Amino acid sequence: MPIVASLAKAVLLEAVRNRLLWLAAVVFAVAFGLAQFLNQVAITESREIQAALLAALLRVAVVSIVVTFVITSMVRESSDKVTELLLSLPAPRATYFFGKFAGYAAVALILALLCALPLALFTDPGGLAIWVVSLVCELLIVTAMSLFCVLTLTQVVPAFAAVAGFYLLSRSMGAMQIIAGAALQEPTLTDRVVNAIVELIALLLPALDRMTQTTWLLDSAPGASTLGAIVGQTAIYLVLIGAAALFDLYRKNF
Amino acid sequence: MAERSIARVPRLVLALLALGLAAQIALKASSPQPRAKAEDLAPAPSIAALRLTSFGDPVALAKALMLYLQAFDYQSGSKVPYHDLDYGRLEAWLARILELDPRGQYPLLAASRLYAEVPVEEKQRRMLDFVYRQFFVDPNRRWPWLAHAAAIAKHRLKDLPLARRYAAAIQRHATADDVPLWAKQMEIFILEDMNELQTARIMIGGYIQSGKVKDPAELRFLDERLKQLEARIREPRKSE
Repeated sequence: MPIVASLAKAVLLEAVRNRLLWLAAVVFAVAFGLAQFLNQVAITESREIQAALLAALLRVAVVSIVVTFVITSMVRESSDKVTELLLSLPAPRATYFFGKFAGYAAVALILALLCALPLALFTDPGGLAIWVVSLVCELLIVTAMSLFCVLTLTQVVPAFAAVAGFYLLSRSMGAMQIIAGAALQEPTLTDRVVNAIVELIALLLPALDRMTQTTWLLDSAPGASTLGAIVGQTAIYLVLIGAAALFDLYRKNF
Repeated sequence: MAERSIARVPRLVLALLALGLAAQIALKASSPQPRAKAEDLAPAPSIAALRLTSFGDPVALAKALMLYLQAFDYQSGSKVPYHDLDYGRLEAWLARILELDPRGQYPLLAASRLYAEVPVEEKQRRMLDFVYRQFFVDPNRRWPWLAHAAAIAKHRLKDLPLARRYAAAIQRHATADDVPLWAKQMEIFILEDMNELQTARIMIGGYIQSGKVKDPAELRFLDERLKQLEARIREPRKSE
């Protein structure tokens, strides 16, 4: 346990020394400024426009920051041979993984909470609280996926491409399923095969398209069942991706 | 570098992997299938916003948007597809897609052959009117959809003046060589149905004299038609 805490602390220290918080502050300020600018342009629903655009921009920005940080940090550590040094500690490899994950998860949590600050000016606190919890869940899944990809693929570009593909596919899977199921003619064999593949991929992806909805900030906040489903999905996906990452880590030769 | 054997992976990790996979599949399989509902169709964004979103490739965005739009309220086996759609929003989406990709035919095909097939006359008329207005943007390319609209107006709505208006627009504005004569002559046949035989006769005569019709078979057909019309015009007079 002390090793996990030390590793997590080292990750947080790295985030501070990489000026990650400064970067986040600049991105948030730019997003806020853009939302203010669009507020000047809008004729009506200016508060809603500000909230919706700011939320969407912050969500994408924070996901990008977390993914980039996790991947570049892990690759740098591997290039500097620090990974081998840490794995030589008298602790199972799982400890290394959990320590790293805990650190990155803490960074994700801090960034998600920072996102709430500009949004608090335009939105209802109830909806915002659920939106932030959902953003934390989304970031945890993305963090775990980034760790898994970088441990498996070991290079920045392939790992980043894999996580980006995973994220975009998960966010658009619902729409893809609807389109696949809306064939105008009687489905042919090819249509059925394509539909089956789409359904299979959908089974393996988390329901990110149902998470962190902007509408929660504008209209009524969702009920406890929605939040429960999001937390449940996050827990299950963290177990799956964490186990897959550990499987790869235990098989790896350093 | 060869990987270590699976035996080096703790059993707990393998068990968690299997458990996580099973739980994920069970969770997703038990979730309701995503389905587009008519009321979910959001208002169409402005053309400026769509151009910004297209990242300089409006045609690709137009194609993707058309598939997205098509998915609304269509469920296989449904006898009244698109019935509940807000046609105001639908029309705005179709217009935006056409603005993004003016050469694309899909929105007009969808408007005339899918969305105008609903058994609600007001909605049918709205879609036909949309096709009519869009026809004037590029008549030589878009005439087939107005021709279909004329057929719907004639056979479904039984509104011959409307069908004639569409047919007349094709005759006057679709002037390219590859527009078939049947399309250009639609107005004549609608006039016959409306019993406006004199006008139809004058139009056929004008066609033959204009020299636009070069094909002998076509000329013969028009000549026959002219004779039939003249006979029909004479008949009531004889009976008087």
